Amino acid sequence: MRLMLKQPSVLPGFGLTLGFSVFYLSLIVLIPLSGLFVKTSTLSWDQFWDVITTPRAIASYQLTFGASMVGAIINGLFGSIIAWVLVRYRFPGQSLVDALVDLPFALPTAVAGITLAAIYSPNGWIGQYLDPLGIKVAFTPLGVLVALTFIGLPFVVRTVQPVLQDLDREVEEAATTLGANRWQTFRAVIVPELWPALLTGMAMAFARAVGEYGSVIFIAGNMPLKSEITPLLIMTKLDQYDYTGATALGVVMLVTSFVLALAINLLQWWSTARHMNQ
Amino acid sequence: MKPIRVTADTDLQWKDSLTTESSLVRRLLIAAAFFYLTLFLFIPLAAVFAEAFKGGMAAYVGSFLNEDALAAIRLTLLVAFVAVPLNAVFGVAAAWAIAKFDFVGKQILVTLIDMPLAVSPVISGLIYVLLFGAQGWLGPWLAEHDIKIIFALPGIVLATIFVTVPFVARELIPLMQSQGRDEEEAAITLGASGWQMFTRVTLPNIKWSLLYGVILCNARAMGEFGAVSVVSGHIRGLTNTMPLHVEILYNEYNAVSAFAVASLLTLLAIVTLAAKAVVERKMLSPIIVADPVLPVQAGSSR
Repeated sequence: MRLMLKQPSVLPGFGLTLGFSVFYLSLIVLIPLSGLFVKTSTLSWDQFWDVITTPRAIASYQLTFGASMVGAIINGLFGSIIAWVLVRYRFPGQSLVDALVDLPFALPTAVAGITLAAIYSPNGWIGQYLDPLGIKVAFTPLGVLVALTFIGLPFVVRTVQPVLQDLDREVEEAATTLGANRWQTFRAVIVPELWPALLTGMAMAFARAVGEYGSVIFIAGNMPLKSEITPLLIMTKLDQYDYTGATALGVVMLVTSFVLALAINLLQWWSTARHMNQ
Repeated sequence: MKPIRVTADTDLQWKDSLTTESSLVRRLLIAAAFFYLTLFLFIPLAAVFAEAFKGGMAAYVGSFLNEDALAAIRLTLLVAFVAVPLNAVFGVAAAWAIAKFDFVGKQILVTLIDMPLAVSPVISGLIYVLLFGAQGWLGPWLAEHDIKIIFALPGIVLATIFVTVPFVARELIPLMQSQGRDEEEAAITLGASGWQMFTRVTLPNIKWSLLYGVILCNARAMGEFGAVSVVSGHIRGLTNTMPLHVEILYNEYNAVSAFAVASLLTLLAIVTLAAKAVVERKMLSPIIVADPVLPVQAGSSR
């Protein structure tokens, strides 16, 4: 039997569209990305290891991953509440709020960056109230957290919202009828249903935050070892024409992104698989 | 807000009372949601315009009426003018192949399309510097032939295309998959040419999603900062896009002008969100009527 690489179909254009897609993606995505790995392979393992484990690099990983993680958790909590409120309750201005949730997606990162920096600076709209309390947000690691929380906002809402919409209310009714109070129903019936979607959304927010650059650099202060994120460190190395250093750190970030993308895919698969079983 | 009471007259209200929280909890949750949204959405949105108009209308308008600002706007429009149509054509082609055919390696293709979304913008710029920069693979050859890509327009266009590759394709693939192949197969069986099938069957079916994908792609193309920042070189009047111009103005403590240009980009974002809302509404009704899985039921029940 002939090996079937494609199911037969009467529809035209398969060769043309697939050929063009593969050509375009190779040119724009595949070849440039593999160039990063080729460039790294010119380094010996020891050289590579030295570049990616300098104290400055390690401090930047700690800040980048730490702030991204905390941001994802904050968004996990408030994103679920927002999704819940949008799906279950009716209130004035609801559709406007629903539409605005995607703002961090649509707003250019540089705009988000300068705006957050202005709001949280000691004389800014929010910063002026935090400053007397001794809380400094702008130009500190806390500022990084604020920016990374902002850009992660839509992910949890948009992954939890559809699952919540499809949730069968009869199960909740059954729980209530059988004597569970609302909190018990929530914990034992609703949370297990939402859990995969919630984790997916948090992982997406985390992945996005790890690579974020534009919205962070204006509010971060960018002090080496203190408030410098990894993408900025790459940028600094590039400005100093240290291409090898930038490439090595780039590979670390790229591999992290791949691992995260894989994790998100697995989570999504788990989420839909559970959904299908219902 | 009216609390929902248990009443006998509608089944729905009775059911709701079983599956909702006490009025106090509801109010607290809505308050928590609004607190968070105010902090992270409403205040930033208002702040952009408040800062932009701090110096009055004249200063606002003046922020656009100078050589550097106009050059930045022109460059941004030019970059989007090249990148968006290319990615739109790619998006339609890729969605056609992926949604309408079954072939080996489809998942790899989908993963590749999503790749730019997973990669840090800084890396998106870096890869082109490694290819075309002075120390890059093609650097010496390009220098010999006096072709500038990095720190010039082609680099900015390439980085922008990379970052915006997924947008149109990602809008179209799920839609075209859910629409199935029946309508196109019917057109071909009835003797339509490939082009006729595309313009009369496929395109009308996907036009709203295509439009939204293009708007989304355009918003990102005009607003991209990190990737463009790496390849641009920040040459005023030459390689400064609008987001980069915002950065320069801000770093020069020219906050009013920075926020004025930023407000233009914010309007673009708002238009994008509005377009999404409109397209979602447009998509809702026809899909229910023309459910490809249940054509007979849908027809007979109406």
